[in-house]
Amino acid sequence: MRRILVALKRVIDYNVRVRVRPDGSGVVTDGVKMSINPFDEIALEEALRIRERGGADEVLAISIGPDDTQQQLRNALAMGADRAILVKSAQAIEPPAVARVLLAFVERETPMLVILGKQAIDDDCSQTGQMLAALWQRPQATFASKLELTEKVARVTREVDAGLETIEVDLPAVITTDLRLNEPRYIKLPDIMKAKKKPLDVVELASLGLDAASQLTVVGLEPPPQRKKGVMVKDAAELVATLRQKGLV
Amino acid sequence: MNRILIVAEHLDGKLNAAVAKCVSCASAIPDAEIDVAVLAIDGSAVAAAAAGIAGVKRVLLVKNAANEPALAAVLAPQVAELAKGCSHVFGPSTTFGKDLMPRVAALLDAPQLSDVMAVESATRFKRPVYAGNAIATVESAAGRQVVATVRVASFQPAAAGGPAPVETVAVAAELPSHTRFVSVTAARSDRPDLQTAARVVSGGRALGSKENFALIQGLADRLGAAIGASRAAVDAGYAPNELQVGQTGKIIAPELYVAIGISGAIQHLTGIKDARTIVAINKDAEAPIFEVADYGLVGDLFSLIPEIEKQL
Repeated sequence: MRRILVALKRVIDYNVRVRVRPDGSGVVTDGVKMSINPFDEIALEEALRIRERGGADEVLAISIGPDDTQQQLRNALAMGADRAILVKSAQAIEPPAVARVLLAFVERETPMLVILGKQAIDDDCSQTGQMLAALWQRPQATFASKLELTEKVARVTREVDAGLETIEVDLPAVITTDLRLNEPRYIKLPDIMKAKKKPLDVVELASLGLDAASQLTVVGLEPPPQRKKGVMVKDAAELVATLRQKGLV
Repeated sequence: MNRILIVAEHLDGKLNAAVAKCVSCASAIPDAEIDVAVLAIDGSAVAAAAAGIAGVKRVLLVKNAANEPALAAVLAPQVAELAKGCSHVFGPSTTFGKDLMPRVAALLDAPQLSDVMAVESATRFKRPVYAGNAIATVESAAGRQVVATVRVASFQPAAAGGPAPVETVAVAAELPSHTRFVSVTAARSDRPDLQTAARVVSGGRALGSKENFALIQGLADRLGAAIGASRAAVDAGYAPNELQVGQTGKIIAPELYVAIGISGAIQHLTGIKDARTIVAINKDAEAPIFEVADYGLVGDLFSLIPEIEKQL
């Protein structure tokens, strides 16, 4: 069985304007829309396309989070994942612990590829894929904008500061996705009905017997310093004159 | 004593300017002793440049033919070996550092702090979360080794100093062959580097086409500026990916940032909030970019760009 494991994180929806709670204990989540992390959605889309081209037999979606994360996994199944696993944890766990959980499932499911987003848009850590690859002692191809597969090798184009870098990695490997890898499909109503019949296993994090303890403590959150709205100038001449006066040009 | 190891990013024999900013960040840690690791084929020029940064105690040079072009899977076991006994391991928050440092952290069984923007103590740091909509103060356990990437836009480069001694060291680490470099396509230009430029001119979707996007080149030339782009402009194919400024692109802190035809999505603003002065030019007076711009100009950018150029 040529399997692709896709890791998904439930996050505050991309379009929500995130606000820090007045007491600094976190951000406002009451009544806020939650979604699959957009980079992970791209990861799932890529896995589905590989399977649809005949490059894989099964797409397994896995997430770690509270019980409500089943909604995001149902959406993943509706997009086309074959089955899903929720590792239930009321507490958010840090990337090293996420990597250990994913490794446990990698060892059980022996995927040819693990694909996940290059970062989650909540903690913006950008760590999990690389950590999993290290623990698994397998290659990593991060920030992927193009992925070509042969039987034993993945050729990955990566978005790096200099431009586009292409590397070749032996399978199995970990791929993390950048924005331009693909555009995820929309879910159609019949797919939602079909997804209800697909298997979604729920496993308690504690039952895995892994060290998932936090190693970092978030002491507090504060809103960022706000830039003040400046002045409007009427034309190009005034703009250049102002910048010149300030010594900026 | 806090022993801090900084991993040097370099390309074509040149030390990346982000390294001197990592040194600034590390120097903010009390009682810091800073080593810079240069992993290269030869690396003598890079090591000499790193040795000339004030605050650097030693440069550790690891010569290995496998070290260039840089591959995280190859570098990580070597860095992990060098990091033994260090309290902190830092790398720049560039794609090089973001790729490498978590792999190092996992090998060291250490937690990582991504995008450190301020140092409060040896164990307490600030970093942005939610695309910069919140700043988290994070504490690591005392005595626990910490890996971090340094948000380069938050730090000034350390001054010139030294020279610190360069020690060529051998590292006993097994290097994988499962990852191979194929190629890199990078636009070569005479413009300043986007990440370190003092002035940046960026274009957005309102430019409307790849041909029109070239209009901002003239203005950038006049200003001696680097060119940037919004995600929308990159997605539309007007500009290459390496020019993207924002949450998932480059985070920059130029003296002058000129946003042309960029509406100012929160993800874009994340990338420019440390700019000293922001100028926005947009035909939509309601565009969110004007909420953060120091100077705003509403109008048709196709007539305004040449006018501004003429005035300069």
